[in-house]
Amino acid sequence: MPKLSYFRIALIALICLSALWFASPNFFYSSVDKKLNDPNQTSLWPDFMPSTLIKLGLDLRGGVYMLLEVKTNDVMREKFDFLWADIRRSLVKKRKEIGSIRRIDSSGDQLEIQIGKQENIDFAIKEIEKFNSSTELFSSRWSGSVTREILEISSFENIISITFSDEQRTALEKQVIDQSLEIIRRRVDETGTREPTIQKQGRKRVLVQVPGLGSSEELIALLGKTAKLTFNEVISIDTSSNFPAKIDEVVVGSEENKDLFFLLKKRPVVSGNNLTNAQPSFDENGLPAVSFNFNPSAALKFGNYTRDNIGSPFAIVLDDVVISAPTIRSHIPGGSGIITGNFSVEESNRLAILLRSGALPAEIEVLELRTIGPELGRDSINAGKFAAIVGGILVLVFMWLSYGLFGIFANVALILNIILVMALLSIIGATLTLPGIAGIVLTIGMAVDANVLVFERIKEEIKNNSSIYNAIKVGYEKALSSIVDANVTTMIAAIILFFFGSGPIKGFSVTLGLGIITSVFTALLITRLFIDLYMLFYKPKVLRV
Amino acid sequence: MLFRGLFNQWNEIEFFRFSNVLSFVSLGAIAMSIILFLIIGLNYGIDFRGGTMFMVSTPEKIKVSDIRNTLGGSNLGDISISETTDPLEKLSAGTLANNNSIFIIKVEKIKGFDVEAMVKSLLQDREPNIKFLQIESVGSKVSSELVRNGMLAVFFAVISVLVYIWLRFEWQFALGAIVALIHDVILTIGVFSILRYEFNLSIVAALLTIIGYSLNDTVVVFDRVRENLRHFKSMALPKVLNMSINNTFSRTIMTSVTTLLALFALYLVGGDVIRGFTFAMIWGVLVGTYSSIFVAAKILLILDVKRNWEEKDSKAGTQF
Repeated sequence: MPKLSYFRIALIALICLSALWFASPNFFYSSVDKKLNDPNQTSLWPDFMPSTLIKLGLDLRGGVYMLLEVKTNDVMREKFDFLWADIRRSLVKKRKEIGSIRRIDSSGDQLEIQIGKQENIDFAIKEIEKFNSSTELFSSRWSGSVTREILEISSFENIISITFSDEQRTALEKQVIDQSLEIIRRRVDETGTREPTIQKQGRKRVLVQVPGLGSSEELIALLGKTAKLTFNEVISIDTSSNFPAKIDEVVVGSEENKDLFFLLKKRPVVSGNNLTNAQPSFDENGLPAVSFNFNPSAALKFGNYTRDNIGSPFAIVLDDVVISAPTIRSHIPGGSGIITGNFSVEESNRLAILLRSGALPAEIEVLELRTIGPELGRDSINAGKFAAIVGGILVLVFMWLSYGLFGIFANVALILNIILVMALLSIIGATLTLPGIAGIVLTIGMAVDANVLVFERIKEEIKNNSSIYNAIKVGYEKALSSIVDANVTTMIAAIILFFFGSGPIKGFSVTLGLGIITSVFTALLITRLFIDLYMLFYKPKVLRV
Repeated sequence: MLFRGLFNQWNEIEFFRFSNVLSFVSLGAIAMSIILFLIIGLNYGIDFRGGTMFMVSTPEKIKVSDIRNTLGGSNLGDISISETTDPLEKLSAGTLANNNSIFIIKVEKIKGFDVEAMVKSLLQDREPNIKFLQIESVGSKVSSELVRNGMLAVFFAVISVLVYIWLRFEWQFALGAIVALIHDVILTIGVFSILRYEFNLSIVAALLTIIGYSLNDTVVVFDRVRENLRHFKSMALPKVLNMSINNTFSRTIMTSVTTLLALFALYLVGGDVIRGFTFAMIWGVLVGTYSSIFVAAKILLILDVKRNWEEKDSKAGTQF
């Protein structure tokens, strides 16, 4: 006689009921979804029920998937440019001892300086090393911990190579990524889309997922620009770019006129980082423009500069192009101003968003861009649902025809198995993708495997003239080894898929993995319970498996 | 019931009667797959090749050549256009069924993502009501990473499984299982080479699942082999193997059939997007079932398992 503890029955019943409870909102997906958007519609779904739905992947609901890479090397190169300007200034004073000085690299990885008098290289290095402790120099350009050595300085013959220490480089990279992530988040939020996902991936990548967005154009327009805004002093204006530019000066083209070039001071008077607000507006001629406000310290700088330079032109530079160069007509003390240019209303709107959210610290490159229209997503989910139902019914019928009553036990377990998977997906907040649905359908097929292993064993034991009670007991015992081995190996594949897969593939591995766990649970505990109950209450003399 | 007892009649099949012939068939198929892969190669999707893929639908009936002519004049490089005809999809799904033509256009990656805007505007000029159902762009940097990760995933899956079986059984079993796995993976790649189904990320996922499934089958057979080797110590190995395969045969068929039923449902009505994936799975189940008997067990037969492990080394081959 099989023993049945109430504890076992209660535990299994509890698990099944709570699975049903947590999976329930998914059976009324559209009502619950509507209620989540509008909590007042209480008639759609009762408040006391759980309302966590399975999160659908972009391939099922439509949207834009974007993988971005932040070009941190550009930032590194910029740092070296500033550093070179400073080092040069200090070495020039010691020209007598050092001889000529020349920068001989242009890659972003290091700064290489060649000096004229090789015998005094140690002296030059000592001069450069002073910058290592000059925290002020660096803290003004990037915050973060600069307590340790910043630079690594080495020399070969008459060449001095300067690189950032690994620690510093990592800190810098991390800071650039974190800042980019924040700015990307602000810009995406400005589009007003529901639940965008923005996450760091690897060392310098950012993954942006915006569900429900039908086209990627607007997103690209918002994220593709660094939006680095600076206000620079104009040295001269010419129709050719052949200026004799000094080391602290830079030649920049013009947005309005392709034949116009500006020679500007490299270090800006004020930059977009100091803006407190930016709004789309109109200039005195009624043309679209962007109005802005500076923070107090920048307002003071800007005020002083305009006071001292009345009558001279002044360049507003966006992403290395002069968008306008108005002449300063009067002292501007309040720290507010207006940018005009050849904007359309749409462009001025966008520029205001970009300036409000701040400049990206480095350029970003789009590595991967996937746009799935909402119609295709709807079709995929319908097709997947249909396939799951058809496949499920076929398996149910086949199991019933093959094993009769025991087949029905296995079938109930199979249905519970699917409910368990749905409940788990809702609880852990995993994303369901189209391959994920395939994973569930595959689980339907494979879930019966554990039951089949047991049933076949029971059959064999009966054939070997075991008593039917003993056959069931031994059948379960002997099948266990196969069940464990078979499922562990599939689980290994699912785990590896989870770690190496990206996007939709990860979704597949999650449902496959969950399916393996739940199918073993249902086969070993739930089907077993049904069989034991049947044996206990019907006490059959012959067992037909 | 209808099928009850159907499989019981198959209890005395001599699986190894034609196994030598089948070994040659397997070896031939592997060689053929490798040759096909080297000569024709796989039809890589943009995941692995880089580039941009457009899935568009038009309300009016238009031809592939119309689209080719529209895009032909521009310097878009290598363009491939195919129409998806899918009568069953229209049965199962609503919205797309109203569209007369659905096309998949693949364009080489040139520089930046301007390709997307260019193709979009060209097609919109030609066909104002065209709908862009899906657009995917993958840069070359990412695509090479995806290739590498895919290969690493398959490699690690095979290695970890090898270790697991080695721990649970004997090295001969592990070798047999691995050869069966490699057999399945190579044959799948061969079939994809010849049928020109797109080989993309989801096919790699399918390959890994095939590995899982094939092992599942192999392990069940091996488990029984190990058990029978202990029970029938004096029985010759070929006999033990044959008996074990017979013992587990009805289970092998049952599980294959239920899995195939689910997969065929997915293949026929699951939509075009995952058709390649489900095809790979169906193929994998068939090949995996075959290989667990005719490759994995055959290797055991060739390698000859030592029979006295129980006394000497109780660590190996732990049975639950």
